[in-house]
Amino acid sequence: MNTKQLYTVIIFSENTVGLLNQITIIFTRRQLNIETLSVSPSAIRGVHKFTITTFAEKDMMDKVVKQIDKRVDILKAYYNTDEDLVHQEIALYKVSTGLFMKMNGVEELIRKYNARILEINEDCLVLEKSGHYAETQALFEELSHSIGVLQFIRSGRIAITKSKVERLSDMLSAMERKINM
Amino acid sequence: MDKKQITGSEALLRTLIAEGVDTIFGYPGGQVIPLYDCLYDYSDRLKHILVRHEQGATHAAQGYARVSGKTGVVLVTSGPGATNTITGIADAMMDSTPIVVISGQVPSPLLGSDAFQEIDVIGITQPITKWAYQIRKPEEIAWAVSRAFYIASTGRPGPVVIDFAKDAQTGHVDYVYEKISHIRSYQPIPETEEESIAAAASLINGAKKPFALVGQGVILSGAEKELLAFLEKADIPAASTVLGLSAMPSDYPLNKGMLGMHGNVGPNRKTNDCDVLIAIGMRFDDRVTGNLQAYARQAKIIHFDIDLSEIGKNVAVDIPVPGDARETLAAVTRLLKPASHTEWIHSFTADEQEEYEKVIAREIHPGGDRRLRMGEVVRKVSDAAGADAVLVTDVGQNQMMGVRYFRYSRTRSVVTSGGLGTMGFGLPAAIGAQEGAPDRTVCLFTGDGGLQMTLQELGTIMQEKLNVKIIVLNNHYLGMVRQWQELFFDKRYSATTMENPDFVAIARAYGIRSRLATTRGELDESIAEMFESDTAYMLVADVETQGMVYPMVPAGAAITHIILEREEVTRN
Ligand SMILES: Cc1ncc(C[n+]2csc(CCOP(=O)(O)OP(=O)(O)O)c2C)c(N)n1
Ligand SMILES: [Mg+2]
Repeated sequence: MNTKQLYTVIIFSENTVGLLNQITIIFTRRQLNIETLSVSPSAIRGVHKFTITTFAEKDMMDKVVKQIDKRVDILKAYYNTDEDLVHQEIALYKVSTGLFMKMNGVEELIRKYNARILEINEDCLVLEKSGHYAETQALFEELSHSIGVLQFIRSGRIAITKSKVERLSDMLSAMERKINM
Repeated sequence: MDKKQITGSEALLRTLIAEGVDTIFGYPGGQVIPLYDCLYDYSDRLKHILVRHEQGATHAAQGYARVSGKTGVVLVTSGPGATNTITGIADAMMDSTPIVVISGQVPSPLLGSDAFQEIDVIGITQPITKWAYQIRKPEEIAWAVSRAFYIASTGRPGPVVIDFAKDAQTGHVDYVYEKISHIRSYQPIPETEEESIAAAASLINGAKKPFALVGQGVILSGAEKELLAFLEKADIPAASTVLGLSAMPSDYPLNKGMLGMHGNVGPNRKTNDCDVLIAIGMRFDDRVTGNLQAYARQAKIIHFDIDLSEIGKNVAVDIPVPGDARETLAAVTRLLKPASHTEWIHSFTADEQEEYEKVIAREIHPGGDRRLRMGEVVRKVSDAAGADAVLVTDVGQNQMMGVRYFRYSRTRSVVTSGGLGTMGFGLPAAIGAQEGAPDRTVCLFTGDGGLQMTLQELGTIMQEKLNVKIIVLNNHYLGMVRQWQELFFDKRYSATTMENPDFVAIARAYGIRSRLATTRGELDESIAEMFESDTAYMLVADVETQGMVYPMVPAGAAITHIILEREEVTRN
């Protein structure tokens, strides 16, 4: 039946002022919490890409995505579940250099989590790890329990679809064809 | 192409003219003085109607748009001028009315600094517009303004806001008009697949009891003729939403009346009896569907709409037909087999008779020395106004009585606030309707409550010498709320009684002829007097204080749960 699950909404838009507001209004009206949000220029010049995750029912997702897609400056909006996507989040962890150095099995830890040291000075050290939520969270928990984490930040999800269909470029080329006809 | 340096203000006015604008509803102020100064030179080409409050400008633009099919234009100053337009913008959004609202804004270097009369117009209006854009440089004018008209008027129409910084009005620009007729991120008309046309036709061809629901989409796409051809070929009875009224003439044989909370009995009951329900350019509003769990569960549903986000929003649809109704209706009609559903159509008669006896006859022929009833006033005015007249209403009992008992022969004859239900809409909307259809008689029915929300627009009527026929259905109550209190709140009339001014004296103070009608004789005389000349008139009809609008489907009830008369409330 109608159960909530995590959806990833991918939106391509023109790069105009105030678009994020237009999108979040639609989530707010339907009382959907935005879990993560990531915005950046896309591969196509002048086109911005939003990746938003939210827990919702499928039926609700259908309606919300249609309402987003309808906005004048939105080129294309669609949603996927995790199976359809390759997705990642990136996390940064700041820890005390002294405590970290004294920790047992530092090298194994770094290898086990596929983490990297980005910055190191006498006071603190910054680790970076990308992965799924559960993976970045696991490292956070392990560090918290052993030496404590001074600062922690995780990005919004970024995602790429696995399927062969390229919705935006197909749409854009269909549009070009129409204009040239 | 003429290309020379002109001011931003002039560039804006020239773009308006190029977009076919000849009328503007507005109100000046500090941040649009340069624009108004320029308008002074363009007054031969752009008629400016000075309203008395900016909300009035937006409703007038809506009335203008609804009767003429053209985009209504509003011009106001920043800050309070802009915030006063919000209700009208929201109303236009709900009712798919094309208007462009241009608000002045503080000079761009001051933006974000809480300058005098600065307000975040874009932020406020984004949720209630199709598009909202701030012009900060004169170079943007040609592009942004033409784009505004393109967006407002195409696809599912709606309001657009242009926030116009003062320095962009006074700055100079090499102006060339550029017509926008394509935006790559905006597809006004969705593609229609052959399969959905075929599937719709085949479902209708197999139907024994088809029933069509006509929404404003039919009027907006100009599909009135296509609608009748469609209905006639397959012999399909139809009913309309409030906003769909006048898409079919009132006396059209397949027109079975109005849907919804105060609609006709037959259309509501038959929605739950038909086998194929064909919705055309309507959005299954809760005032039409009642309880969705008990709505048309037995029927297969076909939904024609231009707005993909409406399809499946409230009601699950078996066959969606996206597209422009004018084209999709014609395409489906070509595949229809001529059919006849005499028995099914005849089955509406029993409901019609029941409604006539229990509701309509009592409302339009109350007779005796009873007090006037709203329905009889509406019907008498409608008969005297002639079939060509435009109905404008305010909101409340007067609105429901207006749309129920007025009669239409021509499309674009109903101007009313449907989705937002805005009290105060009527008077300014009637002003706009008169501007938009100068050759038609415009009859406004308004309540004593709603009239007083935008009463000041009588000044606009006076100044513009507009021929608006105003009929005040004065029941001395906020009647529609009182009706709910009577039915569902034990007659506890909390804040619904109104001590009213002498409306006749008010009208006369504005130089508008006016008369009070308490008896049937006075009613007949004043109606005759009202239509005697081509000037404004205010007929104040003193109607029964505790009248009720029936039939009524209580909010949230199944549409077959219809109350027809007072006693039934407790029984049901
Ligand atoms: C701006 C606004 N405020 C409040 C309401 C709620 N409301 C709906 S109908 C109504 C009563 C209207 O009274 P009146 O104008 O006298 O009309 P009547 O129902 O008596 O014909 C009210 C208060 C509304 N629709 N719009
Ligand atoms: Mg009243």
